[in-house]
Amino acid sequence: MSTTSSQGGNRPLSPFMIGPYYRPQLTSMLSITHRGTGVFLCAGALLMVWGCVALAAGADQFAAFSACMGSTLGTLAVIGFVYSLWFHFFNGLRHLAWDVGRGLELSSAYTSGYVTLILALLCGSATLWLFYLRS
Amino acid sequence: MAQFRLPENSRISGGKHHPAKSGGNIRRFKIYRWEPDSGKNPSTDTFDVDLDSCGPMVLDALIKIKNEVDPTLTFRRSCREGICGSCAMNIDGSNTLACTKAIADVKGEVKIYPLPHMPVVKDLVPDLTHFYAQHASIRPWIRTQSAPPPDSERLQSKEERAKLDGLYECILCACCSTSCPSYWWNGERYLGPAILLQAYRWIIDSRDEATGERLDELEDPFKLYRCHTIMNCTKTCPKGLNPALAIAEIKKLMVARRGL
Repeated sequence: MSTTSSQGGNRPLSPFMIGPYYRPQLTSMLSITHRGTGVFLCAGALLMVWGCVALAAGADQFAAFSACMGSTLGTLAVIGFVYSLWFHFFNGLRHLAWDVGRGLELSSAYTSGYVTLILALLCGSATLWLFYLRS
Repeated sequence: MAQFRLPENSRISGGKHHPAKSGGNIRRFKIYRWEPDSGKNPSTDTFDVDLDSCGPMVLDALIKIKNEVDPTLTFRRSCREGICGSCAMNIDGSNTLACTKAIADVKGEVKIYPLPHMPVVKDLVPDLTHFYAQHASIRPWIRTQSAPPPDSERLQSKEERAKLDGLYECILCACCSTSCPSYWWNGERYLGPAILLQAYRWIIDSRDEATGERLDELEDPFKLYRCHTIMNCTKTCPKGLNPALAIAEIKKLMVARRGL
């Protein structure tokens, strides 16, 4: 970074971190959650590949996969993937709207942000109900 | 690269406490300090200010502290009415102008830091050299090929002029750019919301004849496309402008001219 004085090299960087110095806001929080869920879902996609391979490889392999996904940790991961998928989906629609220049007023961005959160929670819970509780 | 910690020389430690001499309506101000000649790390000093003898805005409190408690406290200020942009700083966790931010709007301790992720010259004064250089890089003036009309200025219709509303009001205070995580982490190459709003201001000016050239200059993985629509810029703008919208409009023009 260019500076004008000889002091330039020693200048401290002003504090910036979200949390202690910059207030966490819906704007930045949903953005980082979108990224986080995106990365998390990549891991989920790998698990799905494992599931498909296990299915093709025979009953023993699939039983191992099922046991892993049925464990407490596996169940928690699945619950995480389900909510992440719905959040990423709805927030992705929000990003698509922004990319065509819609909904960029601050008030609309906040409304769509809250709607995204609520829809993700509702759809995630409904999905889990269908898979876990109903059977 | 994304960076989550301050460098060694920038970590904040310690600080002095200046209790109020009198008064019952005391508000605590916690202010970032860095003295270039001290050789020490930055600190946060605490000042107890009697609001009964202080103006309503955060800038009033800073001036009172400088006048009455510590004359070495350093900050930029000029117009005290939100038109010059000098007193932009991080107050209560978001960037705004100290002169238009009411102390009453802050709950509890008033925490004041310089604009985030910038080199600090002293106390609350950030080095804006790079920010201004980026502004200069978009050549923020009318570029034309044609000669001006011999007997008048270059005129605009009311509709053409209306397109500049929400853009020309920008005072380049740098609140938005320094609230943007993308700018924190890619600020050397990403132009940031303030400069992109300025770029758009010239792109859609009906009198400007370099629209294509301006778009060519922004067609770059970093200059424009590091905007991920986080919208911290619009959230923080003390003038109520919408840099995120301006950037989205530039991106749309980029697609439109490809003739999809």
